[in-house]
Amino acid sequence: MAAASLGLFVLFLAAWQWGPPAMGIPAFIIPPADQVWHEFVRMLGRDQLMYHTSITALQVLLGFVFGMLLGMVVGFVLGMSASAEFVLSPYILALQIAPKVAFAPLFVIWFGYTMTPKILVAVLIVFFPVMINVLGAVRAIDPDIVRLARAFTANRFQLFWKIEFPAALPPFFAGLRIAATLAVIGVVVGELVGGNTGLGYLLSFGEGAGNTAMVFVTIILLTLIGIVLYGAIVLIERRVLHFMPARARAAG
Amino acid sequence: MNALSADVTARTRLEFRDVTKRFASKRGSGITAVQGLNISIRDGEVVSIIGPSGCGKSTLLNMASGLDPASEGDVFVDGVRVERPNAHVAFMLQKDLLLPWRTIRHNVEFGLEILGRPARERRGIAMDLLAKCRLRGFEDHYPHQLSGGMRQRAALARTLAVDPSVLLMDEPFSALDAQTKMVLQQDLGRTLAETGKTALFVTHDLVEAIALSHRVLVMSQRPGTIIEEIVVDIPDISNPMARRTHPHVGPYVARLMELLHIDEADA
Repeated sequence: MAAASLGLFVLFLAAWQWGPPAMGIPAFIIPPADQVWHEFVRMLGRDQLMYHTSITALQVLLGFVFGMLLGMVVGFVLGMSASAEFVLSPYILALQIAPKVAFAPLFVIWFGYTMTPKILVAVLIVFFPVMINVLGAVRAIDPDIVRLARAFTANRFQLFWKIEFPAALPPFFAGLRIAATLAVIGVVVGELVGGNTGLGYLLSFGEGAGNTAMVFVTIILLTLIGIVLYGAIVLIERRVLHFMPARARAAG
Repeated sequence: MNALSADVTARTRLEFRDVTKRFASKRGSGITAVQGLNISIRDGEVVSIIGPSGCGKSTLLNMASGLDPASEGDVFVDGVRVERPNAHVAFMLQKDLLLPWRTIRHNVEFGLEILGRPARERRGIAMDLLAKCRLRGFEDHYPHQLSGGMRQRAALARTLAVDPSVLLMDEPFSALDAQTKMVLQQDLGRTLAETGKTALFVTHDLVEAIALSHRVLVMSQRPGTIIEEIVVDIPDISNPMARRTHPHVGPYVARLMELLHIDEADA
């Protein structure tokens, strides 16, 4: 298996390197692998690539964490209070349907060329999958389990801490996995719209300069940030949800 | 007559005094679930309630557990009026309701945890009960790793862990296959006899009711009320398996079928 995936990867690199020239596609449309590699090394030295990458990664992380906390809190509150959900659901639905990245210019107007607008777009975009999953999980708890806990004289806090919170964890992590990939989108759009730092900035700079290899390098690094975040979530999930049957966990 | 009914001085554990329960309905008239109930269960007695679907048997247990107040009349446990959930009663349902994120031992400790007992004490009680319920060696397993019968035994251990005065059981074995069910009835009969617990047992299974209990109460259609009390005159309450095959079982079942109009019911 490992040998097969390594072989496929080598094949992919070879196709990237020699495929486009063989088909007569010029390097400014699809730069071959070695040119992208050289551009990567050049950017490391000349364009403070590590600095921009870490700025983007930091914004993704902060946006992800704040969005996750907000989604969790709102999800639990709405899940526990049917009246709160009834009153707030039209607004939440509207906000959910609104394309979150469209808020990026607005946040740039409000907060200028700082980290704040990028983090805010990520928060907004991460918030929904987390909130919806937590809300759904709290709603799906078997009422008989709640009755059992109450018959054992559980108070409201015990009900939350011993039943609702652990019951919501598996869907919560499923929401985090979706959110991990979305967080990167939120930050990049924020950086594309306004700023002079981050990979999104390098992306639009590369576009303006007609430097396709630079755009390629940036896209690859953005993808890597997403993969690292996703991988971290999966690792934590495995630790936390160790009680789940292995198959159910893989499917979730 | 059985030994218990002769002992008139035995303490009353659970008592329903003129209890009526009405639910509000959408048309506003309200539904009377149970009406004018008078039930008295003595210490160490196992009493079954049998009746047609929707006759309010589960409502009865909810009132006894304090989850749902009576509309009229009072429910007493150990002479104290039940107003809210309390540690003197514990219930067990058809579903095991084990928490999937807890090991079997921690599931058994659940009620004790809510009551704020120290960890060492909880552990001791749980291990002891797991051994009694034949689950030794499974304390660190998760519920999904156990069979339905084992899970229901764990649920029984969880119910016994809080050492309630009265056990309320709502068709606890109805989701199990016939053989597992008999094994669990045997476990329950033995455990109840050993611990001397008082139990109110709701079931649809006529033979189960007879095999497990000292008395069987028969409820009518809604509004539910007790229409007959049958004292089960079969020895050896701790051995439901043997009681099943006792010659008296047939006549008791026949009487219950007659009371419940089972021959006339639409299947």
